[in-house]
Amino acid sequence: MAKPASNLSKNVQAFGAWVDERLPVSQFWREHLTEYYAPKNFNLWYFFGSLALLVLVNQLVTGIWLTMFYTPQADQAFSSVEYIMRDVEWGWLIRYMHSTGASFFFIVVYLHMFRAMLYGSYRKPRELIWILGVFILLVLMAEAFMGYVLPWGQMSYWGAQVIISLFGAVPFVGDALVEWIRGDYMISNATLNRFFALHVVALPLALLLLVVLHLVALHEVGSNNPDGIDIKKNKDEKGRPLDGIPFHPYYTVKDLFGAGVFLILFAFVLFYAPTFGGLFLEKDNFVPADPLVTPEHIVPVWYFTPYYAMLRAVPDKFFGVVVMGAAIFVLFFLPWLDRSRVRSIRYKGLPSKIMLALFVVGFIRLGMLALAEGTPIQTLESRIWTVYYFAFFALMPFVTMFEKTKPEPERVTK
Amino acid sequence: MLASGFAFAAGGGDLEHADINVHDKASLQRGASLFVNYCLGCHSMQYLRYNRLVDDLGLSEEQVQQFMLHGDQEVADAMVNSMDPDQAEQWFGIAPPDLSLTARSRGPDWIYSFLKSFYMTQDGWNNTVLENASMPHVLWELQGVQRAVTESHTDAEGVAHSEIVGLELDEAGKLSPEQYEAHIQDLVAFMRYASEPSMLQREKMGIWVLLFLVVFTFLAWLLYQEYWKEIKK
Repeated sequence: MAKPASNLSKNVQAFGAWVDERLPVSQFWREHLTEYYAPKNFNLWYFFGSLALLVLVNQLVTGIWLTMFYTPQADQAFSSVEYIMRDVEWGWLIRYMHSTGASFFFIVVYLHMFRAMLYGSYRKPRELIWILGVFILLVLMAEAFMGYVLPWGQMSYWGAQVIISLFGAVPFVGDALVEWIRGDYMISNATLNRFFALHVVALPLALLLLVVLHLVALHEVGSNNPDGIDIKKNKDEKGRPLDGIPFHPYYTVKDLFGAGVFLILFAFVLFYAPTFGGLFLEKDNFVPADPLVTPEHIVPVWYFTPYYAMLRAVPDKFFGVVVMGAAIFVLFFLPWLDRSRVRSIRYKGLPSKIMLALFVVGFIRLGMLALAEGTPIQTLESRIWTVYYFAFFALMPFVTMFEKTKPEPERVTK
Repeated sequence: MLASGFAFAAGGGDLEHADINVHDKASLQRGASLFVNYCLGCHSMQYLRYNRLVDDLGLSEEQVQQFMLHGDQEVADAMVNSMDPDQAEQWFGIAPPDLSLTARSRGPDWIYSFLKSFYMTQDGWNNTVLENASMPHVLWELQGVQRAVTESHTDAEGVAHSEIVGLELDEAGKLSPEQYEAHIQDLVAFMRYASEPSMLQREKMGIWVLLFLVVFTFLAWLLYQEYWKEIKK
């Protein structure tokens, strides 16, 4: 029966050719997968890019299903979430996939950004990849914040109250701006409606566009690697980088394994600790929003806590907001603040290594301090780490220019 | 006799651990029965339907109809009571809150400690976990009547303070303290279940999902090793 089979494969080939003449499908496949050469020395840190994409897909798919059952009306939003948790078949699973996914999105994105800082992936010629990435972080923060408002629990309501009121610190137009964002004199149904629209339509579209641009820019210049050296300097006679391997199949199978490990952790949290002790879903958010009762402690979800700690560390509201905004804004300048002769931390000097390690410690400590009560000693520590956060960036040009670096290897190391 | 593991009032401070198991159906059934008999008169559980008890607690529809429903309620109805919220506010100063999600917002340990910490004063019931709560001790017949044991001490400025250091059972109830603890553990288990009925399914299913993922990841690892043999040379 060989004949029909070969006929079939002939037909498939003919159809493929027909499509390719009209839409460059196989060209796209080659350029971005089978003939996209990635350095062969990627390590653990390089899983987080593809994992971010996996979580994004998870958020989009589960989000679509939640939208089918959620009611964006102030008097029904809370009970519609309980309806999803109790009466909708598998609704609890979809909701927990979405809420756990939100937290894991930030875990993965923070680790992905740390990878870029470790190996200098933001350096020339990858400045735009980094800048697009910072925009992705910004949109993601807005997306997460508005998503957290939708269940319309006490933390949704009062968290929104606190965050939106920050815009009131803007000189002259502050109050008008706050009213414009809320769409009312207080957080109300109008606020919920517009946050829903932004959360399910506008911001996901912006996020997708930015992710596409992020990847296009990456594939234009090629991936960096843990040694921070350019693999395109050493090519074989066919023009393929000697230290590069086709993304597909090598990195697709490797990332498949990485996704498996990630999903085990994800599933463990989803099935056995979906609220993660009040960090992923706060206890107070199981109380319906009540404009007349202010919760004892209004604390943002964990992924905003480092920035929230900076806000609290500054005694003046206006400057607190400026510091918080600057903490994100300064990231845009990172590609030009690093003046080192080498990209990777492996070949940078000890001062750079110590500064980066302290930066990580400070970021985590700030997050923990935001959740703490705020004793004078804790406020002092928050201030120290806030100053250090900015000092890390301010000192970087000098440290990286004057420290002694190690010579970079010619070819990638194991 | 001092109640063991006393929970202090200060800021809801140290709570006693409620040793509950939501997968124990008998415990949930006893808890549901306590809830219907002692709590549902004032507190609703608006997000839980009676027929969920048939599905999850192993009760028969007849049992639910006979022992739980009141008035013209049907098994598909939510567990609400017929108390008028406005009247309730007049009687208690505040309408008794819905308890569907209390085990999630306050936590099982809080409810457990709260139900153990009622004590009688000259002005009526008070509670060390939730000071000046408007709720009377509904379970007093079971637990008995506790009174506060206070200690006075004088601070540096010479002002005398009286502090509650424990609760003492003054009048025995129908149950021994151990029996009472077991009863409210059942009640708390039921309330934890009611706050998230899907947790029964969630915790059972999780193991299979994890097992599948472990097998999947192992296969993916084999595939990765196979492909990368030539690269890693």
